[in-house]
Amino acid sequence: MTEPLVYVAFFIFAALTLGAALAVVTSRNLLHSALFLVLTFFSVAGLYVLLEAEFLAAVQVLIYVGAVAILFLFALMVTRRVTGEGVRQSNEQRGPVALVVLGLFAGIFLPLIFGYSWYVNPTAPPPNTVSILGDLLMTAYALPLEVAGVILLVALVGAIILAKEE
Amino acid sequence: MIPLPWYLTLAAALFCIGLYGALTRRNAVAILMSLELMLNAVNINLVAFSRYVTPAALTGQVFALFVIAIAAAEAALGLAIIIAIYRARETVNADEINLMKW
Repeated sequence: MTEPLVYVAFFIFAALTLGAALAVVTSRNLLHSALFLVLTFFSVAGLYVLLEAEFLAAVQVLIYVGAVAILFLFALMVTRRVTGEGVRQSNEQRGPVALVVLGLFAGIFLPLIFGYSWYVNPTAPPPNTVSILGDLLMTAYALPLEVAGVILLVALVGAIILAKEE
Repeated sequence: MIPLPWYLTLAAALFCIGLYGALTRRNAVAILMSLELMLNAVNINLVAFSRYVTPAALTGQVFALFVIAIAAAEAALGLAIIIAIYRARETVNADEINLMKW
């Protein structure tokens, strides 16, 4: 991709991510929130493509858009009585919390990010990232991979037991 | 190449939006959605550092994969708990679930 096009794509995906995320936390109808969450996940996948992490972009779409977002939609539909338009969805701390979060962003994160000269390695990433990721997961990170699998299994069995009708 | 601080700023902003949602939403499902936003912000940071600092090692991408796996487990478990609470108390609003609060 040519250089100006990358910048344009970055700004489009960044604006989509932040705009959709704002809609997720402010929308009055929670079903709209869940749909904006799908949009956020898609634009984060686009950012992964820009960062040359194609496998992670595919995983993001498969797991977040395909599984997690659908799970949220199901949970919202099961708890229909308290997710509708008529129910107040935000508590009374909106003003103070917004101030604290803005202060955290402008007072701590921005000075931290722009006050430090980040080391950037100029080498280009290898062309076959998927096979390198597979190698890493099967050799150096084999034990964490197994533990993650066991955690997923335990969590899903626990979820079934918790949600099961008595 | 896009400067690294731009990605870090984007991730910090996404994290702050998620934090705002987690602190202001009443519905527990919406609080979980805000948590997912925060986890996504962390993943953007991991992938950006992996691309800019160690482009050949891909360690950050491996960690992002593990974060995604744990986030999926957390969402499934959290929503199961929310459905169980809804059955018992007919509400999922965090300020009405105050049985263990004094």
